[in-house]
Amino acid sequence: MRPRHPLHPYLFLLPTFVTLGVFFVVPLGIAIKNSFYSWDMLTPPRWVGGANYAAVVRSGELTGILGRTAGYSVLVVVASLTLGLALAVALDRPGRVYAFVRGAVFSAYVVSWVAVALLWMWLLDADAGIVGGVVRAFGGRATSWLARPDRALFAVAIVSVWKITGYAMVIFLAGLQDVPRSVLEAAALDGAGPFRRFWEVTWPLLRPSAAFVATTSLLASFQAFDVVRVMTQGGPVKATTLFVYAIYEHVFVNLRVGRASALTVVFFAVLLGATALQLMAWRATAAKRAARPEAS
Amino acid sequence: MRQGGSFGRRAASTVVLVLVACLWLGPYAWMTLTSFKSLPEIVEAPLAPFPRAFQLDAYREVVRAVPLVRLFAVTVGMAVTIALLQMALALPAGYALAKLRFTGKKAAFALVLACLLIPAQVTFVPVFAMLGEVGLVNTFAALVLPFAVSAFGTFLVRQALLQVPDEIIEAARMDGASELTIVYRILAPMLRPTLAALFVFSFVFHYNDYFWPLVMTTDDRVRTLPLAIALLREQGAGVRWHIVMAGNVVLSLPVLAVFAAAQRHLLRAVTAR
Repeated sequence: MRPRHPLHPYLFLLPTFVTLGVFFVVPLGIAIKNSFYSWDMLTPPRWVGGANYAAVVRSGELTGILGRTAGYSVLVVVASLTLGLALAVALDRPGRVYAFVRGAVFSAYVVSWVAVALLWMWLLDADAGIVGGVVRAFGGRATSWLARPDRALFAVAIVSVWKITGYAMVIFLAGLQDVPRSVLEAAALDGAGPFRRFWEVTWPLLRPSAAFVATTSLLASFQAFDVVRVMTQGGPVKATTLFVYAIYEHVFVNLRVGRASALTVVFFAVLLGATALQLMAWRATAAKRAARPEAS
Repeated sequence: MRQGGSFGRRAASTVVLVLVACLWLGPYAWMTLTSFKSLPEIVEAPLAPFPRAFQLDAYREVVRAVPLVRLFAVTVGMAVTIALLQMALALPAGYALAKLRFTGKKAAFALVLACLLIPAQVTFVPVFAMLGEVGLVNTFAALVLPFAVSAFGTFLVRQALLQVPDEIIEAARMDGASELTIVYRILAPMLRPTLAALFVFSFVFHYNDYFWPLVMTTDDRVRTLPLAIALLREQGAGVRWHIVMAGNVVLSLPVLAVFAAAQRHLLRAVTAR
């Protein structure tokens, strides 16, 4: 439509672009600039060229962070996606009991990461935690999961899976609404068992939902911070220092803005790469869907 | 499964239901039960399922340790202000992007989408330094202003406005309605489901947020509830879990209430439908 006054569209967009510019675009530029300086936020910044990048690469810090963050993210995404899909299929039934249990699973996604992190610290407490109690009751040996460098990241990932499985579940539940009952019933009449019906009718129609869940939760897991800050502060011995926590620690504990900014730039590049993959996955599924019009 | 008749299948789904309920409701139940225990009980018999008597000691301790009223006022005030600002600013922007013809429209929309890719975790260091220079660290503005515009919200509103026929806007113009009247009085009510979804989603996200208030505050002037509850654990000698769990109940109950009341809207935002 023609605007009433040629300036109207620009005026309507002005507050949005000023805010996005001041708080997102310009800071991104400053972060890139800062990555070439050494700065402790007290004395004036000093130009150091690529030294910050060289330092995080040479010390092995970057490899460690990337490895931990990727491992955590893949574990969280694969587990929450699988579990969320299973729950969606199992709980996609009418009735108040099912609605209540679906709500219970999704509620973990709604409460604060702080609440979830504190709750699980108590459940996993080495001496008085109920998880240890259950393990001991079955004759196992309870260890302090969060205090062991070889277990802490795994424990944090399990807690994250508990929290975000409800997210995957509701996306799959929404996707299941697109699966036509009549096709499932026809397949059942033709003698297809529940597993065949799932693999040949339901799953192909859920693939776009799966791509959506996988990519959005991968991006979200890569940005995990709250759960690490509350549960482990990156420890023990850096075992749970994920990307954002490493950046945070450099700024507020070590006062090394340059290092933090170099890590931020790499972090942003990784996010961009992941998003490009996401777009490619979406295009591919969209193309497949278009090629098979009878499926949608 | 295959040989299982209707009885076998019903038994299997009951097992799944009970298992899922235990896994997801059990932790909440344990949190609540713990919050009603007393310190000696936690120390002597941490695994006793029920408290000997339902005591409110832990809650009293939370009230003594943190200024709950002020924390609630700051946290809820922050989340509501952010959600309202996002709605108010997304409407005219979405209107321009969905309905008006102008040079640079494609680029403008692309810029909004591009901002979806820049999380606060990337921008917080420069923003902290910037706000520090103008003396805004430890203020309400530092918590609210960076989120006054949501690229996601602008996108949602734009998509919803694409579904509104142009004739409605033409008719309103004919009747002499100003552009702002059209945006806020005529289009906004038509977008109620989208705006409700955006409001609830944004409220829940910012009420829960720990990262931004943590990095933008260095003292307790505008500290938010999640920060204060997380600090409960770090305070004092030895961890008094009954107090931490009482704090957890206080932190989670409001957002669970919002969830119970507005689940529909929240789901619409999350599943982007």
